[in-house]
Order: sequence, then structure tokens, then C-alpha cells
Amino acid sequence: MAHAHESNTKRIWFVFGLLSVITIIEVAFGIVRPDFLFKTDFLKMNLLNWLFIILTIVKAYYIVWAFMHLEGEKKSLRTSIVAPLVFLILYLCFILLIEGDYIYDIFKTGTIKWNF
Amino acid sequence: MEATVTSHEHALDGGPGPMGGTYGKLMMWFFIVSDALTFSAFLAAYGFSRFKFVETWPIADEVFTHFPFLHGVEAPMYYVALMTFILIFSSVTMVLAVDAGHQLNKGKVAFYMLLTIVGGLIFLGSQAWEWKNFIKGEFGAIETKGGSILQFVDKEGERVALADFAAHLPKEREQLTKSKAFWFISEDPLPTYSVEEVMEGFKNHPDILVRTEQIVDKHKVVLSREESLKRMASAHYVVEGANLIRNEYGQKLFANFFFFITGFHGFHVFTGVLINIIIFFNVLLGTYEKRGSYEMVEKVGLYWHFVDLVWVFVFTFFYLV
Repeated sequence: MAHAHESNTKRIWFVFGLLSVITIIEVAFGIVRPDFLFKTDFLKMNLLNWLFIILTIVKAYYIVWAFMHLEGEKKSLRTSIVAPLVFLILYLCFILLIEGDYIYDIFKTGTIKWNF
Repeated sequence: MEATVTSHEHALDGGPGPMGGTYGKLMMWFFIVSDALTFSAFLAAYGFSRFKFVETWPIADEVFTHFPFLHGVEAPMYYVALMTFILIFSSVTMVLAVDAGHQLNKGKVAFYMLLTIVGGLIFLGSQAWEWKNFIKGEFGAIETKGGSILQFVDKEGERVALADFAAHLPKEREQLTKSKAFWFISEDPLPTYSVEEVMEGFKNHPDILVRTEQIVDKHKVVLSREESLKRMASAHYVVEGANLIRNEYGQKLFANFFFFITGFHGFHVFTGVLINIIIFFNVLLGTYEKRGSYEMVEKVGLYWHFVDLVWVFVFTFFYLV
């Protein structure tokens, strides 16, 4: 614990400010929902949702790195925490979302009427 | 022979291992990784169901519109944004407590722990209020025989509550309760209006139209008056608010996921507050001062930040996207 006795308050308040600003931006976009983002699709999802997801990941990065202090840990610990999560979560999303979209197509184009 | 000799001073007391973290801290990280996967699975399952019913999923902006003391004012998102701030701020006080712990400053650690606990309790209260609004509902809706939800709007497309147009017919049906000697039957609470009353009111108000669950061009489809009457012919059940079986917002799964995911997260916040309280008292008693290390505060801090981290994702996927 080389950092045992130094204070990180400045960094903490900086990260708090950053997280707050990002949240305010998210909420503002969520209320206004500008058409040029909301109605333009990229990879089957609209740009606004892409923006939200990217901002969320930025927030998650700062929470984990600054608040949970992963930035001060050894590289081996950092990797063994982040790598499995990134891989498994991407994998999970990949299978489930593609399957969900497939079922949507079946409902839409299939002969069985499900909602009446 | 060096391999068999444990010369490390922390070899038996759980001091820093190969990854530079103590035993306790590593176990906390293990737990957090597995818990993160649990939450990911929930959110991915939510995504699955949403993609499956992407054309009929409720629009979050129209569901969560309440703000304390602002009655009847549509305030989408403001309340959850406030909750997010509360949780982020309590995360900040937690990390300040950890920071004070590094300087072995007992008073400061206790003060920031207390602020964290208060923040957690405010968040829990906010969530209870959110649940109350969600369960109570605002407008009410009709479920058809096929299980889809019909909501009501006026000519301008503004939502209309059942109470605004339902007729009052002489009641021929009473709630059966044990106190009325119906001890052998149990039934769900009857809705405020019967299907007949809603039907009658709908026929008497030619301005009211049916809004379906279908989303076309980012908006829910509103039917013409003729089509509305046709759809209303299959009315089957009056839905008010939300429960695990049906909800007035639309897709049944929507309420189930809402209760399950925010409930599971709320439960984490609750246990986090409990653990924080225990550690807070330990700080006051001087347990960690005697130990010469406030690492325990750091460990519960990890858990608390994790809870905040999960909320960031729940906020995005439930309220924004």
C-alpha cells in the first residue's frame, strides 16, 4: 500500500463532478430526444441509445477506476476482474439479443397471430 | 528448499497475496464479479424480452412521470435522475470515508460513513415511493381477451383516466370477503370500475379513442373511433396499476422485470446500508483504530460502489434506452 497516507480528495470531487455532468447530459437528452439522433439508426439501434450506452460505460469506468480504486491495484488484479466480466457480458448480450430479435421476426412474419 | 519455507510476514494472516490485495479484499472482488454477472444476466434477459416484443414495449418516459409535490405535472426522468444523484453522492461520501481511513482519522471516517448511511436510506425511501406510484398506476386500462392492453386518449392524444369517463352503473357485484362469510372462496380485489361501466362510459364519450400497445415511428398507435369501438368489443378485464400478473402500462413482462430488477437492486442497497451501519458502529467503538487499519471500511466501500455501479446500468436500461 504505497498510497496509504496520501489524500485523494481532489480526484474524488473531480470524478463526482464528471459523473454529475454526464448524468445531467443523459437526462437532458432523454427529455428532449432530438430527432436527428432518435430517428437515425446505426447497427439496428438509434444513435441516442448508442450515446446513452457509451456514456454509461464512461460512468462505469470512472466508478470502478476511481471510486473502487482499481487504478491503484496491480495489473494482474485489474485484468482478472475486468477481463472475465467484459467477455462474459458481451457474450451474454450477443446471444440473448440476437435470439430475442429472431423471435421477434418469427412473431412478425410467422403464421401464428399472437397479439389480438 | 526455499519453496517450502514461508518467510512472508503475512503468510498466515491474510496479508497481501500475489495480486497485491489482502484475502478479504480479494474475496470481496470475487463476490462483486459474480454478483455483477447476476445483474448482467437480469439486464440481458430484460433486453431479450424487449427485443422480442420491441414493437409493443411500454415507453418508459410515459410510465415514470411522477415527482414529489408536483401533482399532475408530467416530469419524466427527473425523479430517477434525482435518485441517481443521491446514490452517486453517497458513493462519494463512502470514498471520502475510505480516504479518511487511510489517514487513520477516526472522526472523519465516522462522519462520512454516517452520511453514506443517510444517503442509502434516502435512496431506499425514494425507491419505495417509485414503487408505490408504479403499483397504484395513474390512468387505468382495459385488457382484451387476447391479453393486449388498451389505453385511452382524447382527441389531442392526451391520456384519459378511467375515472374521467367510466359510467356509474348500479352495482350487482360485491367483493367477497371472509367477514361476509365467504370463507371458502378467495378472490383478487375487484377493480374500481367494472368492464360494463367502462364500456358504457366509452360509448357515451365520442371524443375518447383507444391507444394500442403498437409502436409505429416511435409513437403508440391511436385508433379511429370506429376501430376503437371494434377493439373495445373484446374488452375482458379492467387493469389498474401494476402487479406481477398484469399492468396498465402494457407488456406484462415489463412490470415483472421492473419489480424483479429494481427490487433485487433495492435489496442490495438495503443490505449495503445494514453492513454500513455495522461498520459505522465498529468505527465508533474504535475497532479499526486499535487494529491500525481501516481496510474493513474499504471493503464495504467496494460493495457500496458496486451497488452504485449497478444502478447506473439499471438507470440507463430501464429509464433512458
